[in-house]
Amino acid sequence: MERVPIVKIGKTLFVSIQIDLQDESVLRLQEDLADELAATGATGVIIDITAVEIVDSFIGRMLTMIGSISRLFDAETVLVGMRPAVAITLTELGLSLRGVRTALNADKGLKLLNGSS
Amino acid sequence: MDVDSSQGRMAAFMRDHQDKVVGRWAELVAAGVRGRISAMEIRRELEDLYSLVIRAMSGADEQAIGELRAALAELSRSRARNVFTPSEIALEIFALKDAVYELVADTTELVPEFLGFSRMVDDFGLHTFETYAAAREEIIADQSMTMLELSTPVVRLWEGVIAVPLVGTLDSARTQLVMEKLLETLVATGADHAVLDITGVPTVDTEVAQHLLKTVNAARLLGADCTICGIRPQVAHTIVSLGIEFGDIATKATLADALAHALSRAGLKVGPA
Repeated sequence: MERVPIVKIGKTLFVSIQIDLQDESVLRLQEDLADELAATGATGVIIDITAVEIVDSFIGRMLTMIGSISRLFDAETVLVGMRPAVAITLTELGLSLRGVRTALNADKGLKLLNGSS
Repeated sequence: MDVDSSQGRMAAFMRDHQDKVVGRWAELVAAGVRGRISAMEIRRELEDLYSLVIRAMSGADEQAIGELRAALAELSRSRARNVFTPSEIALEIFALKDAVYELVADTTELVPEFLGFSRMVDDFGLHTFETYAAAREEIIADQSMTMLELSTPVVRLWEGVIAVPLVGTLDSARTQLVMEKLLETLVATGADHAVLDITGVPTVDTEVAQHLLKTVNAARLLGADCTICGIRPQVAHTIVSLGIEFGDIATKATLADALAHALSRAGLKVGPA
């Protein structure tokens, strides 16, 4: 199973998803992220999904759950780099990703985190 | 009786009386045209058709029937452009039967031949009808495509602020198009504020509101803030009566207010120089 690397930059954890998301790898990412948040005490999580072309309801829900988990560690989640087609799919599925903030790209995502903290 | 020879006799008869028949046919047609086309033009068009009909009936020419159908289609299209109704066009073709019948009535021999001829002319009339319908369908499809393209511009109001002036009814197909264009522009320009101007949307019912909410949600997933503006008093009344909730989406009365809101969100201030 492929794993998604989690990179710590300053007080932020940076997760760039560059593989085809399987249900298993998403679950693994959730666990890894929780471990990492507990270990580092990071205050922000940036999830970059620029390379993700297909999203289903399960993955949409997982993203919301990652947001909820991060909040338990007092960290804010920003989802960045969503493609228009993915955004349309998520909206059609009726998922608005509550609890997760979004930004156009990683740069804006970082500004969002720094501005709010 | 052999069909080919019967048609051949009819063709010979029609060729012999060409001037008389075409003259009468043109007269009959001109009565229904009410000045939309000149008598000269009618005469010329009918002469061409008439000789094609004879060629098709005499059976000597393989391509004649195809040419005749093409000519009928062309006639139907040109009449459609001159605002003729499909039945007027069909009647114009059927008038050929009357013109021929007046001559055949004097003789007693050609009755079975005339029946065959009559059936053929009916077929031509129906052909013009079909062409007319197909031509209209094409025009309508083209127009609706053009309207769809025309009605969904995305404009840049300011650095980082884009606007979508919505004009006309918002149905699913248009919402899809608006959404795609808006999201593409958001990505292309890196804007973080979008304004949906619904001044030109005649009515806002629950379905339209649903479409608006979808668009706003999709834009939010790309990290853009959305403002809805241009809500007219009657529309506001309908929205409240229907119990539609726009939730935490900012709504403003005019595009100017929405721009001011977007600028203040971006930390900019507009004032006297």
